[in-house]
Amino acid sequence: MNKEIQAIRELAGGLGRTVRLMEVCGTHTMAAFRSGLRSLLPANVQLLSGPGCPVCVTPIDYVDQAVALAQRPDTVVATFGDMIRVPGTEASLEQARARGAQVRVVYSPLDALAEARANPGTAVVFLGVGFETTAPTTAWALREAARDTPNFYVLCGHKTMPQAMAALLDGGEVCVDGFLCPGHVSVIIGSKPYEFIPQKYGLPCVVAGFEGEDMAAAIRMALKQLAEGRAEVEVQYTRSVTREGNAKAQAAIREVFEDSDAAWRGLGTLPGSGLRIRGEFSAHDAERLLAGLEIPPAREPAACRCGDVLRGACAPPECPLFGTLCTPGHPVGACMVSSEGTCAAYYQFREK
Amino acid sequence: MNEPTPELVLLSHGGGGGRTKQLLHDIILPALGYDGSEKLDDAACLDVPERDLAITTDSYVVRPLFFPGGDIGRLAVSGTVNDLAMQGAEPRVLTLGLILEEGLELAALQRAMQSVGETAREAGVRIVTGDTKVIERRAGDGLFINTAGLGVRYRGADTHVANARPGDVVLVSGTLGDHGIAVMSAREAWGLETRLPSDVAPLWDMVKSLLDAVPGVRCLRDPTRGGLAAALNDIAEASGVGVRIREEALPVREEVRGACDLLGLDPLNVANEGKAVVVCAAADAARALETLRAHPLGRSAAVIGEVTPAPGGRVLMRTRLGGERMVNVPSGEDLPRIC
Repeated sequence: MNKEIQAIRELAGGLGRTVRLMEVCGTHTMAAFRSGLRSLLPANVQLLSGPGCPVCVTPIDYVDQAVALAQRPDTVVATFGDMIRVPGTEASLEQARARGAQVRVVYSPLDALAEARANPGTAVVFLGVGFETTAPTTAWALREAARDTPNFYVLCGHKTMPQAMAALLDGGEVCVDGFLCPGHVSVIIGSKPYEFIPQKYGLPCVVAGFEGEDMAAAIRMALKQLAEGRAEVEVQYTRSVTREGNAKAQAAIREVFEDSDAAWRGLGTLPGSGLRIRGEFSAHDAERLLAGLEIPPAREPAACRCGDVLRGACAPPECPLFGTLCTPGHPVGACMVSSEGTCAAYYQFREK
Repeated sequence: MNEPTPELVLLSHGGGGGRTKQLLHDIILPALGYDGSEKLDDAACLDVPERDLAITTDSYVVRPLFFPGGDIGRLAVSGTVNDLAMQGAEPRVLTLGLILEEGLELAALQRAMQSVGETAREAGVRIVTGDTKVIERRAGDGLFINTAGLGVRYRGADTHVANARPGDVVLVSGTLGDHGIAVMSAREAWGLETRLPSDVAPLWDMVKSLLDAVPGVRCLRDPTRGGLAAALNDIAEASGVGVRIREEALPVREEVRGACDLLGLDPLNVANEGKAVVVCAAADAARALETLRAHPLGRSAAVIGEVTPAPGGRVLMRTRLGGERMVNVPSGEDLPRIC
């Protein structure tokens, strides 16, 4: 047997109680299934998926705004691929595109910037979603656009991770014994921003890489902390993550964005958990283009439990829509859309 | 000095008159190796004495038209030839239907047609009839190709997906996901430093040597869209058996693994255009593997798993970590993720 798995079993046996670890990041949710890790964990070690899929936590009114922008004359909405299927109140971007709205899938805000430069008569709106992983390139594109591309805009929905973890704990609804912290986000922000979690809440945090082996090692480290009565931030993903993170990327974020309150699907509005475009760059803020557009009052689909899933308060199969009315082909809620979404991961690896 | 303006496809190229004829005689027919000895008529008449025939058709839409390792022309011949080969049928003739978008550069059309011609010669098939239409600019994406293929079943081969039996062995003829990742990398500027070539290739020659060495091959399937996961699920469902594969045994190039990690894709779901999944009796496995590996298109062939009585209709994988997981068919097009 794999030695990490063996160590996990020994530690879990010694603890003699159920341990619930939340993997905050959607990539971890997927990796835990894909690597077979879930099938190897002892029954008393449970993995709980958290609010770490950027598509999933984007609220429905953001999608509605994007759809309205895509239908605006002389406007193109450029977005990462997995946003286009997220249902809005009336339509997803994919459905709007089929009815003639201008929507382009891009792999980077720089592709959107290039599109704006090639089409000076068209307003190109990039959907800035994601955590500290995607925010630096959005910042970079905005900085470039400020020089010479007045028709490039960003609809800013960027969020920051640590505050969301605090909100979950403060909500009191979810009981976790520790966190597996997201590796990609931590490459940028470092491990330091999680330090308030052991200090204030007494819970271990381990920053984990994305191979099954990485996650197994991180779980072993978290269990060891619990067994020894410690609570601190440890880094398993040392090949990429330092305590201080990537200073250059952090500076780019700070230059272009400032902290703001942000609305999260399932979690509500959390103070200081988002990024908004600073005044110096406001000429590129797509909020300016929203005036006069018809945007339907946001309405979450009935019976969809995405919000509960995102808080770790409900596992996807407990949702009445899961696998019947809501599938990746016909997603009702956002968590079924992205390959990183918790519901999509459960569905992809379901036992049929 | 200005560059000479490239010649473009015009709507009148599809009008059926002199321009159509010109396009045919200047570009399409020479590229296909037509020497003028056969009459061009409304239909090709074939003399096929064999009665056990296979027929298939497929339409090809790929963006960009030219990608590392191949292009739409090579794809349009290989895809149809491979569909025949997977039925154990020796491809004989193809049809070629072209839909051109007004404004396509004639040079691009010529390149694609040369590729059709070369790939057809490589595969040993003749293109016997065809059609050309031109659609208005923006009504299409440059060039669409449809090919239909007719083949003759080779020496009673029966390679239907429903033939797998418990105890059989599952092989794949080479590395997984090369085509999908090559096309995706060519499509978008990710700054991915990969020039990984697509594996697009006609497989009949390799399949023929396999059928010669192992006449009792049970199933052949080309893992195109949906990748290996879809091919194995088809076999498991149609045969009412389980398929168990081992992650460690799967041949996947480092570049493909890296790109998949970056994009949140699973190499098991990524398309291949020059690979075959082979199921054969355990007693034949060594010979099948040796035969595949002896062929230039099968050098990385590997035994990846076996057929089991249960769970019926399902595919399971033993992971590197030693765990087990379901291998399900992806439900739609995989969308690259955000972070």
